[in-house]
Amino acid sequence: MKYLYVGAMAEVDAAAEDVICERLAMEFDAPVRTMELPAADFAYDAARRQYGSIPVLGALVERCPEDALKLLAITERDLFIPVLTFVYGHAQLGGRVAAISLARLRQEFYGLPPNQPVFLERALKEALHETGHTFGLVHCADRECAMSLATNIRQIDLKRAAFCASCAAHLRRRPREQGI
Amino acid sequence: MKTHWKILVVDDEEVMCESLAAWLREDGYAVDTAPSGRVAVEKAGQQDYAIYFVDLKMPGGMDGIETMMQIRRLRPEASIIIITAYATVDTAIAAMKEGAQEYIVKPCNPEEISLLVSRIIKVKNLQRENTILRKKLTHQYSAHDVISKNPRMRQILDLAAEVASLRSTVLIHGESGTGKELIARAIHTCGDRAQKPFVAVSCAALAETLLESEFFGHEKGSFTGATAQKRGKFEMADGGTIFLDEIGDISPKLQGDLLRVLQERCFYRVGGSEEVRVDVRVIAATHVNLQEAVAEGKFRDDLFYRLNVIEIGIPPLRERREDIPLLARHFVERLSHELGKDVGEISESALKILMDYNWPGNVRELENAVERALVTCRGQELTEDDFSFLARNGLASRPWSIPAGMTLQEMEKQLIAVTIERTGGNIKESAAILGIDRSTMYEKIKRYEIAR
Repeated sequence: MKYLYVGAMAEVDAAAEDVICERLAMEFDAPVRTMELPAADFAYDAARRQYGSIPVLGALVERCPEDALKLLAITERDLFIPVLTFVYGHAQLGGRVAAISLARLRQEFYGLPPNQPVFLERALKEALHETGHTFGLVHCADRECAMSLATNIRQIDLKRAAFCASCAAHLRRRPREQGI
Repeated sequence: MKTHWKILVVDDEEVMCESLAAWLREDGYAVDTAPSGRVAVEKAGQQDYAIYFVDLKMPGGMDGIETMMQIRRLRPEASIIIITAYATVDTAIAAMKEGAQEYIVKPCNPEEISLLVSRIIKVKNLQRENTILRKKLTHQYSAHDVISKNPRMRQILDLAAEVASLRSTVLIHGESGTGKELIARAIHTCGDRAQKPFVAVSCAALAETLLESEFFGHEKGSFTGATAQKRGKFEMADGGTIFLDEIGDISPKLQGDLLRVLQERCFYRVGGSEEVRVDVRVIAATHVNLQEAVAEGKFRDDLFYRLNVIEIGIPPLRERREDIPLLARHFVERLSHELGKDVGEISESALKILMDYNWPGNVRELENAVERALVTCRGQELTEDDFSFLARNGLASRPWSIPAGMTLQEMEKQLIAVTIERTGGNIKESAAILGIDRSTMYEKIKRYEIAR
């Protein structure tokens, strides 16, 4: 039996972790296990005052349990890849590990009053999106699909926390040993 | 489809190279990487990429600008995006001067890079579509693709190729459906006007006043309904070719206007006072005998001589029956693909029906007949049964022309059979038509085993 692992770092909002676990189990039709992950301090880039998502993914590969179908890490740290100013998340396309950052999903980041339901909805969409990449899904042209590319918060809000029929069908076609 | 497009990321910093590549792969592109300008140029030589992301500062004596210049020598159409961590106006200007499509400063906003890539790919898709459509048109109308082994048709195609680059007017005559427009397009495509417009106008389809506006355009307010200025077909064809189909149908007034355009290469829009000059090659076509029309005073002789500089007469299909199997097989191949049918063959008995038919509608009718047969065909081969509709229609108008290679006996047999068919099986009437007595008629029916 293979499990979808959700690894939250200590600082992560517990409500976000819960809602993500529940939804991943449903969308990917696989049992979910949680695990605690150490803080991502090792990936800190002092010049950019952000955390490199590439070393984070590298560490996740090291820590990925043997019975893990996939491992999704959740962090509050602001992630980046060298060529981009930031990323909401990062995944190994068709691989085993992915990470999402909650840093830019809160209304407060944009100078707005807190809104927990909006925040949780965004976290869910990003979790589905990055986990979808680990199952080989690429960006979807359907702007409402969770797999559509979002490069700003407005685009995340335009998406639904679900896969379009085409992406869902792609997931269903995955071999059973991948748990879908 | 993004996966058709390949992107090459060139950067000596592996982490930079791989992270951008991975990000683009998530967007569905096929992405390669190169750690140096030298490797990038090698890869560009091996295959074409839609977009090249090239880092400006790279060691090893080959920086981003030099890499870009070498790639552009190999791939002049390449879209190259220069990436740099140290943005200065000078370097940006230098990069753009040398042909970079864009210049981005890393780290850049994900939105910026995403928009940039999608914009370039959108243009590439349009360019590819345009190329495919152009190729399709060229292929469809190239003289090499006119299917015929008939000596007269080969002569016509040779003549079309010879006159393609001339400016002289061409008059094509032939029955309806013989492919007059196809020959006109072949002339256009083979000549040095191929990249310019080919504009076809059917002169039979429109009333005189509308045709005048269609030819020469009109000014706003020149007549009721002229709510805006409109360019005519002659203006649209500027630099290219105008094909005037059914030229014999135009009115005496338009004949005069057309003569003026042919002589002076200029005209006025309807309701306009400004002279419009054009460089247009005119190819006209007619299914009527224009010389007879001239003799009857229906067509201006001066216009006829202006049009008839190069004359091409296309023979009807019944006079080049040897082309029927070639054309039929060509239509089966093309139309079965278009109709999504798995039909690849046409039986000998079906071909015999096609060979025997008169084809008053010529090649167009043959194409339509093959399409109809394909639609109803249940197997993988078109048979006699699939053309039964043609056999029924054909017998009534069966030709009296005799294909070469037939014996006298076979000819007599067919003549008797057709005569009996036409008289509805009346032997007495058939014998009278054939000039033989009834007993001889019965004897021949028996000998040739003709069905009554």
